[in-house]
Amino acid sequence: MYEKDGEKYFIVDSHMHYWNAAPDNWVPGAEKYADGWINCFHAYQGLGPADTHWSIEHFQKYSEDDLMKDVFEDGYVDKAIFQPTYLKEWYKEGFNTTERNAALGEKHPGKFIANTRFDPRDGDVGLEQLKADVERYGSTGVKLYTAEWNNGSRGYKLSDPAAYRFLEAAQELGIKNIHVHKGPTIWPLDKDAFDVSDIDHAATDFQGLNFIVEHVGLPRIEDFCFMATQEPNVYAGLSVVIGGLMHARPKFFAKVMGELLFWVGEDKMTFGSDYGIWEPKWQIEGFVDWDYPSDEFSDYPRLGTAGKKKILGLNAAKLYDIEVPAEYRLEAGQGTPGAQDDAQLVAGA
Amino acid sequence: MTAPLTAGSRSAVPRGPSAPAGHAPGAAPEGHPGPGQGPPGAARVLQALDAVRDPELDDPITALGFVASCTVSPDGDASVRLRLPTYFCAPNFAFLMVADAYDAVSGLPGVRRTEVVLEDHFASDAINGGVAARAGFARSFDGEAAGELDQLRADFLRKAVMAGTDQVCRPLLAAGTEPDALRAMTLGEVPPSRALDRLRQRRAELGLPAGDDAPLLIDPATGAPVAGDAVPLHLRKARITRVGIEANSGICRGMLRHRYDSAGQGEEDQ
Repeated sequence: MYEKDGEKYFIVDSHMHYWNAAPDNWVPGAEKYADGWINCFHAYQGLGPADTHWSIEHFQKYSEDDLMKDVFEDGYVDKAIFQPTYLKEWYKEGFNTTERNAALGEKHPGKFIANTRFDPRDGDVGLEQLKADVERYGSTGVKLYTAEWNNGSRGYKLSDPAAYRFLEAAQELGIKNIHVHKGPTIWPLDKDAFDVSDIDHAATDFQGLNFIVEHVGLPRIEDFCFMATQEPNVYAGLSVVIGGLMHARPKFFAKVMGELLFWVGEDKMTFGSDYGIWEPKWQIEGFVDWDYPSDEFSDYPRLGTAGKKKILGLNAAKLYDIEVPAEYRLEAGQGTPGAQDDAQLVAGA
Repeated sequence: MTAPLTAGSRSAVPRGPSAPAGHAPGAAPEGHPGPGQGPPGAARVLQALDAVRDPELDDPITALGFVASCTVSPDGDASVRLRLPTYFCAPNFAFLMVADAYDAVSGLPGVRRTEVVLEDHFASDAINGGVAARAGFARSFDGEAAGELDQLRADFLRKAVMAGTDQVCRPLLAAGTEPDALRAMTLGEVPPSRALDRLRQRRAELGLPAGDDAPLLIDPATGAPVAGDAVPLHLRKARITRVGIEANSGICRGMLRHRYDSAGQGEEDQ
């Protein structure tokens, strides 16, 4: 929890990682990719405050104790949601697998939620694996990378029949939240990996699932917003938005927040630190203090204390059925509702 | 033999092991200096590179800091080295920038041979070799890419048109022009500005109306004028498109600065 000026914030970090990208985990022959990947992540960390930067060695492999201190002890987080990233072509044991995350989670009961993943191109084997992972780790969410390469395929769309088969299976297994990476990417070469129209279709056809678009489709935030406005079960995952812009580019951060508040609304935005890229502490402190820097932004919706409480934890708590102690909850109707009128505006256009 | 003419002598950029040296086999010389025509100076080459844009960020690669070095030998051999914010920047955009840079430089009078090398990128070999061999994107990434990048480029030009619409309209709105009045305006009625020139240029590149009598507000996909009741939404879309591009640009510039501690040739602070 975080407390400032008498206000108490329940914090759910809905997008964070526990990876091993040290040389001992590099696949022989793929060293330049494994090294390039983690260096690229490390450069993102450079967008945060200088006193939160880590050495590359520390960044490649932080310890369990580091994570517990940075996220919970110093970082105010009440509940953290692991989002796995496999990348087994480059990392022998995977970069950040469900298994690795869950092993840490089991040592700290009540602190973590371990999401898992699937890839529709894995077929029946993938379905079995999903079932096994959900049974073993109790996952209620998945993280998907639609742009990922798999066996000669250059990415997939969530609207593909094979993906629908997995979404149906996931729903039957009790999965509720589909986190989809639509943001900075590597592969594929020629398909537009940021295209969010597939989420539009899937969200319409799977009303019982929530679709959290991580990194809000950056650099295609406009496509994401037009789509999210029309789909009640689509959410904006703020990982990278806060970490990558709030400190480094405060003016652009204000504009992006303004647009998200206008198109998506504070009820459908979720905080994610993207730890270990960025520590949650400075992000939460800065976000609670945040306001538009000048009058230049006066035609954007305001964000008050209630809205910040929703974004920092209450919205994700609702998605994941996380019990929130009474002192952190909001009264019904507090804050600014979502952008329903604007949804009609877009739908009628 | 004198030293190459150099627009900047810095060489702080580490050459990755994958960066190819010299020309790809089969790369033919690109024309010869005409009689009495010496090679262009490095500054002229840099100027030509101003016309090459990052399609996604819609800014010149020079201003973005992507030109690591730019030299011309006394014989007219031009050598350009490009760099990007990360090792994994999207290869499709990277390819377009390298290919466009090649075209911009090799088309200059007095340039005998052109070499454009993208440094420190996971796909450096495929991109540099493909551009040097004039292979096109699909052949450069044999088996990995399904087509050329014209559609991608057009998609982003349309975004640039939307963002440019905001750049032109925002000052007009701030000065009290009503949205409905914007709908009735032609490009010729808008006071001259750099933003307007830029908008016209992007529209012309897409084959959209860009003359004085063309409407200010058009659908970037069809060129049709925006209908009256659609103007507020059109302007909202224009604004968020600009915000998206600018925010992305901010992240890219931050990453580039983290990766390289020296300014690029022709880099402009933002």
